[in-house]
Parts: sequence; C-alpha cells; structure tokens
Amino acid sequence: MREITLSQAVNEAIAEEMRRDPTVFLLGEDVAEAGTPFKVLSGLVEEFGTARVIDTPISEPGFMGLAVGAAMTGARPIVDLMFGDFIFLVMDQLCNQAAKIHYMSGGKLNVPLVLRTNMGATRRSAAQHSQSLQALVAHIPGLKVAMPSSAYEAKGLMKTAIRDNNPVVIFEDKLMYQDKAPVPEEEFLIPFGVANIKREGTDITLIATSSMVQVAEKAAELLAAEGISAEVIDPRTIVPLDEATLLKSVRKTSRAIVIDEGHQSYGITAEIASRLNEKAFYHLDAPVLRKGAMDVPVPFSPALEDVTVPTPEGVAAHARKLCAGEMIHAA
Amino acid sequence: MSPAKQTNSADYLRMYRQMVRIRTFEDNANQLYLSAKMPGLTHMYSGEEAVAVGICEALTDDDRITSTHRGHGHCVAKGADFKQMFCELLGKAEGYCRGKGGSMHIADQSHGNLGANAIVGGSMGIATGSALRARLLGQDDVTVCFFGDGATAQGLLYEVMNMAALWKLPVIYACENNGYSEYTKTAEIAAGSITARAEAFGIEAFKIDGQDVLAVNELTQKLVARCRKGEGPFFIELETYRYHGHHVGDINRAYYRSKEEEKEWKENRDPIIRFRAWLVEQGIASEEEIEAMNAEVEKDAAEAVAYAEAAPYPDVSEVDMHVYAA
Repeated sequence: MREITLSQAVNEAIAEEMRRDPTVFLLGEDVAEAGTPFKVLSGLVEEFGTARVIDTPISEPGFMGLAVGAAMTGARPIVDLMFGDFIFLVMDQLCNQAAKIHYMSGGKLNVPLVLRTNMGATRRSAAQHSQSLQALVAHIPGLKVAMPSSAYEAKGLMKTAIRDNNPVVIFEDKLMYQDKAPVPEEEFLIPFGVANIKREGTDITLIATSSMVQVAEKAAELLAAEGISAEVIDPRTIVPLDEATLLKSVRKTSRAIVIDEGHQSYGITAEIASRLNEKAFYHLDAPVLRKGAMDVPVPFSPALEDVTVPTPEGVAAHARKLCAGEMIHAA
Repeated sequence: MSPAKQTNSADYLRMYRQMVRIRTFEDNANQLYLSAKMPGLTHMYSGEEAVAVGICEALTDDDRITSTHRGHGHCVAKGADFKQMFCELLGKAEGYCRGKGGSMHIADQSHGNLGANAIVGGSMGIATGSALRARLLGQDDVTVCFFGDGATAQGLLYEVMNMAALWKLPVIYACENNGYSEYTKTAEIAAGSITARAEAFGIEAFKIDGQDVLAVNELTQKLVARCRKGEGPFFIELETYRYHGHHVGDINRAYYRSKEEEKEWKENRDPIIRFRAWLVEQGIASEEEIEAMNAEVEKDAAEAVAYAEAAPYPDVSEVDMHVYAA
C-alpha cells in the first residue's frame, strides 16, 4: 500500500469531501494561499476557490461563530484553528453555542461542523503553542472528539467528522504532520467510537491517544524484550468512547496504564482510568495508572520541556512494576 | 408617525395585531411568573414591540433571525404560535424546544428563528454565519441579528461586523437600544456613538425611532431588498424602551431609573397606542374593530395558557435525548 504523510491524509480527506458535497467549506486564518503554517491545506484553494476556502481575519471567536451559524442553516463548515491553544478563544461559540443548540432546540436544529486543530509539545513553542486541550472539550456534552494517531486515522476520521451532524473537534498532533503511514487509495471512513487494537498482549493494557500510541508501542517493545506482553489500544475517538473494547482488554490482562498528552490532573487519562475501575475492578490485579503531561505550563527550554511528556521508558517502568506486583504510587 | 403609504391595509392590521400579541403574551408570562407557575425567570419585551414587528414584517419565512434573552417578541413576530410558546415557558413537552430551552432559548425554528440566546451578544456570529451560508450556497435570504445596547460591549460584534463588511454579507444588525444594559444606564457603559461603531467598518448605519412601527418597517424593507442585491451588511440602532425591569424579578429599580421616565415612555411613546391612533385616524380600522381584535388576542392567549398549564411535562426518558443529532 502507498504511504502518505498525516498532512497529506488530512488534505485528501477534506478535498474528497469538498468534491462530494458542495456545502462543505473551509475557513480560518491563512487557510487559502498559505495553506496554513503547517501547509496541511496546500492546493485546496486552487481547486475550490476563495469562496469555499476562506481566509479570515485573526478573529477566532468571530469565525467560529460564523461556522456555527452556517452549520445551523445548511452548510458544513470546517474551521481551521491554527493552534489548539487558541481553543480558549472560541470557548463560548464552541461550548455554549455549538455544543448545546441541538439540545436546547429540542432536536430541531443541527450544528454539523468540524473544528480541526492541533496538540502536542516538544516543538519548543512554549506554553501558549504546545498544549493538548482535548479534555476541555471532551467534558462538554454535545461535542465529539477525535484524536487520530496516524495518517490512516487522520483521513478516515476526518471524512467521518465532515459527514457527522454534530460539532466534532479533531486534534492532530502537530509533530506528526510529516509522519508517513500506509493509507489506501480507495475511499474509506473510520467510524467514531470504534477503538483499534494496535498490538495484542496478555499481561497489561496500554491505552493511548494520538502520538501517545507511538509511545505505548515503543514501551510495548521494551517490555516484550523482558517477557512482558503488552496490549496497545488506540480509542481513536474520546467522545464517543469505545468502552467495551477497553473493558474487554483489561478484563483479559488485569492491568492498565492510560496515556494521553493532556495534563494528567482532571484529564482524559483520569476519566478512562475511572471507568475501568468502576466497571472492571474485580478483574484488576493492580491499580489503573494515568500517564499524562506534567501539571505545569509547557516550558520552552528543551531541557525542561522533554521531561513534561510521557516517554516509552517511563511507561515501561510503570508497567514493569505493575506486572511485578510492586506497590507503587505513580501520580 | 410616518405618513400613510399605500400599502394593503391588511398589512397594517397584521402589524398592529402582532404588536398586541407580543404585549398580551408578555402580560400573561408575567402573571405566570408572579403566580409562581413558571419555573425560572423571564425577560419581558413589553415596550419594544414595534422593533420586532416592524422588522419581522419585512421578512419572509426563508429569512432568518437570531434573538436574545429578551426573545419572546422576536419569536411571536417571526410567526410563532402561542400554545407552543407557553408550553415552552412552562417546560412542557409540546413546547417549541420540547421544554429543553425555556424562555431564554425559545424559537419557532420552522419560521427561520435560529433561537433566543442567553449569552449577551452570543448570536452575532450565528447570524453572520447564516448570511455567509446564504452567499456560499447562492440563496437569497437575509438574516437579521437582534441584540441590545448592552451587547455592543462584546468584542464578538466587532469581529463579525468586520467580516460581514469585508465579504458584503446579507445581514442586518438590529441594535435595540432600550437605554439600559441590565441595571446600568447605557451612557455609563458605551463610549461614543453606537452607529459609529458600524460606520468604522464602512457599514451603512441608521438610527431611528424604534417606537414607530411604520418607520421601522419601511427602513427594514429597503435594507432587506438591498441585502438581496448584495449591498449588505447594514446596521440599525432602534431607540426603544423596556417597560419592565431587566427581568421579571427586577421590581424595585428606582436606583437606576425613575418612575417619571417610565411613565413618559409608556404614556407618550407607546408603540401600540401610537399605531392604534394612526389606524383610526387613517380610517383603516374603527375603535370597535380594534377592541374586537384586542379581545380576540386576549382570548387566544388565555386559551393557550390554560392549554399549556394542562399539558404534560416531557417524559423523564427525554433527558438525554437530543444531546447528539443522528
């Protein structure tokens, strides 16, 4: 199978859906000729024109609001939010408006929009361009949240998101835009709420999102060399969450570590760990551990930044202790 | 009052009737609150009827509006039915939003009302986005964004007016200036002129008497027609007055506005009294016909209230319905 980058996968997904449905359009800062600072959208304005690939002023709440109104009245906007950190700027339009309109109208109005943005530290971009804020939006009923872990997922989840009748937030890891993965030439979609078992194992389950899937896979390699068999699962969407697949795995392995690049406290890892405790407690041989980013603003200096995010060695060290039955206090 | 224009007298009578329907709806809503039959609070539109009616009578069902926390007037003016409105106010299953929205989110979506909005200024993006959609899909409807003077303090207005002006979107920003931003005089929260805010973006702006339904309607008709020709956006500041407090519970308000001021607006500038006198003077309706119309509206409202009071609440199983669309 051919291999393409995550950036190309996103571009292909959007182009295919724009060809398929004339109501799909893009708006955001520097999405047209510039194709975004990461060049993810290069070439789209040439094919679809400036009426459907719209460069906006630097007015995040404003263009987010426009997307909500356009979505409510029959269009399918894709909002490009240049950095995930800017999600704080659009919170009212996203969480008070988009997320609640279907409910508040008793199901009469829909808001089919996609907010595509990014996450991920270690790009030396400091505290306002490095956050992984998926937990903030996953907390709000009415929003769906997708976290692609490779070019394959990025394409399949984006196409599903564009066809979904709800507001969907997609977080792409900005460090993975140039990562290649096999992606079929023929059309495919990845349904929401279906986890992917990346690697089968019997001793411990590593549940990981986005780029943390790579971290979990590397940890699994380290553990395999020591005779510990780790299962790696990528939920692919946080909302909806494929709880059944996660529970089935944990009931089999009896141990789990949940890994996500958001801050550890009150985060995605806490939510998933809590569900495993509530629903698989009597199958567990050890406490479910969380591995998130440290609870500090992301620092600039490489010497500091690199220690804030989960690493394969860190995950493997905890897995080793859990499997050995050691008493640990990981948090 | 504007001079008589040769329009169908049925249009004038409908405008009058719609204003009376709003006032009557609000009087009944206030009674429901005072008699503790309505859950929560509500914000009365009484006094501002000529704004909603003058504007909405210039629109078709395909044209959209966005409304505010003080949204009953817009809802009635855009064609809503009393029964479903009172059901919504009382949280009943037959309400326009199946009881999930209440007073602050009430809307008859089938007539192009995109919803009342409980975030001050929260719908400015929605209205402008609706206009962007019309442009994108080649549809010729116009969107009117209702908001109050208080909402001019929100930054969102300036972001979306900038984009609307850049892209010549078919949207009309209708600023209902009732003189008060909740419990504070507007002069204390808004520096400079309201219309100058729009003019800074090159948007043509108008300031008119919001108590004169014909003037409001005539201006809106012109602006809607120009929007359809691609000459939008526009901005209208409508000088008006809210008879009640910020909400129904805001009874003792002498600390921010005087009884004399309220009396002056109610007795000398009331949009319904003024239009009624004009209809009689022009020979469009007799006093008797007007009284009969008023009585009919009151009867409709009383029946709708009784209907809503007797109507069932939604089944508890609906609580997690409509979180996500299929």
